[in-house]
Amino acid sequence: MFEVIGERINTSRKAVQAAVADRDADYIIDDVKKQQDAGAHFIDVNAGARIGHEFEDMRWLINTIQPIATVPLCLDSPDPAVLEMAFQIVAKTPMINSISLEKERFDAMIPFLNGKDCKVIALCMDDSGMPSSSDDIVKRAVKLVEELNKINIKTENIYIDPLVQPISTDSKKGVMVLDAVRAIKAQFSDVHISGGLSNISYGLPQRKIINRTFVALMMAAGMDSAIIDPLDQKIMATIKTADMLLGNDNFCGRYLKGVRAGVIES
Amino acid sequence: MADFNAMTEALIACDEDKVVQLVNAALTENVPAFDILNKGLIAGMDIVGEKMESGDMFIPEVLMAAQAMGSCVKILKPLLKEGESASSGTVLIGTVKGDLHDIGKNLVAMMMESAGMTVHNIGVDIPPEEFVKRIQETNAQIVCLSALLTTTMPMMKKTIDAIKESGLRDKVKIMVGGAPVTQAFSDEIGADGFAPDAGSASKLAKSLLN
Repeated sequence: MFEVIGERINTSRKAVQAAVADRDADYIIDDVKKQQDAGAHFIDVNAGARIGHEFEDMRWLINTIQPIATVPLCLDSPDPAVLEMAFQIVAKTPMINSISLEKERFDAMIPFLNGKDCKVIALCMDDSGMPSSSDDIVKRAVKLVEELNKINIKTENIYIDPLVQPISTDSKKGVMVLDAVRAIKAQFSDVHISGGLSNISYGLPQRKIINRTFVALMMAAGMDSAIIDPLDQKIMATIKTADMLLGNDNFCGRYLKGVRAGVIES
Repeated sequence: MADFNAMTEALIACDEDKVVQLVNAALTENVPAFDILNKGLIAGMDIVGEKMESGDMFIPEVLMAAQAMGSCVKILKPLLKEGESASSGTVLIGTVKGDLHDIGKNLVAMMMESAGMTVHNIGVDIPPEEFVKRIQETNAQIVCLSALLTTTMPMMKKTIDAIKESGLRDKVKIMVGGAPVTQAFSDEIGADGFAPDAGSASKLAKSLLN
């Protein structure tokens, strides 16, 4: 089943930043409840935008969300100290967002992840920058899986983010990532493919139709998770429908449930 | 008589063949290369920039227009007379240390080049001291700092501080940009300007040069 990581609790969003600054717990609780009701499987929590306040903001957010969370949290920070604190206070096995092959980040994250029971998002980014070809994405993904396996993180707990890039600047950026996802899944059938999708439509008008179409294509290639806004009803409907078409919805149960609930419309 | 308007329109229509044809036709009529560049092409790219800013043109179209512009500049540059410069100013642009994003920065560089500026695009993950060194080497009048991450925004301030310490602050105008960057942040760290997109960045650079 496709797993949705709800992206809304992020202090780079203005309303969330204001709620965090004012310690407005009601706003945060209401937003998380809405994401869960809409079908989020994880709630991403990012407290990075108020520079100098990340540690305290993250602690407050988790303590605020924890009592009403029915799904695990996705702890989103580059700082192992923030992640360590957050890891200690979450109730369910969390997802960690994220490790990459950038030396500084990699060297900081490996000791943190070593010996922990968690899922982890692994970005195909290294010190040379964004990947420039399909092969480049695959090579980075292989390296990430190997390195994480070395510290006993099982392949089934790894969520590879192939780093979707704007098609507006290069018409081949869509097929580049689709080819890479197929190749990664051919090599590691247990690994998950996740990440943000909206970069694909950067610089073009009517972005949501691009994002929705692209998620269906990515799912056909092997993507089985994404970091998105679960309150975007149209993309959620596309995901549920594509998941059914790919054989992941027994007797079309979740699709029909979605239709009856009024969240899937043609 | 050269039809500068037709050149401008062909650029806006992203029609490379047409604009090259018009430039060659103008040259056979002995229209000065310098006039073709400024009155036809740069004027056209200014409009492209404005249309991008207002959401009437999009990145792929701007890339096509810039490519058409580039082909024409290649034809015109060797024909410029002594003392005539294709450059209306020198810009140094890079992504700050710790940040590897380059798409937005490269678009800004391209728009500024198309607007007639000499652009030194020095890449990503550039430490403050490297910016300082390259300002000295290039005699840049404008320095553009890019950051796409909230975690690398503080590096913009450090870079500006390094430029101040090196004694070069009065010699350059500093512009900042990138998705999380705002006008308020730009003011706070002592930059001279902020632009939300490549079209307005190019326009801002021009106004800072004057």
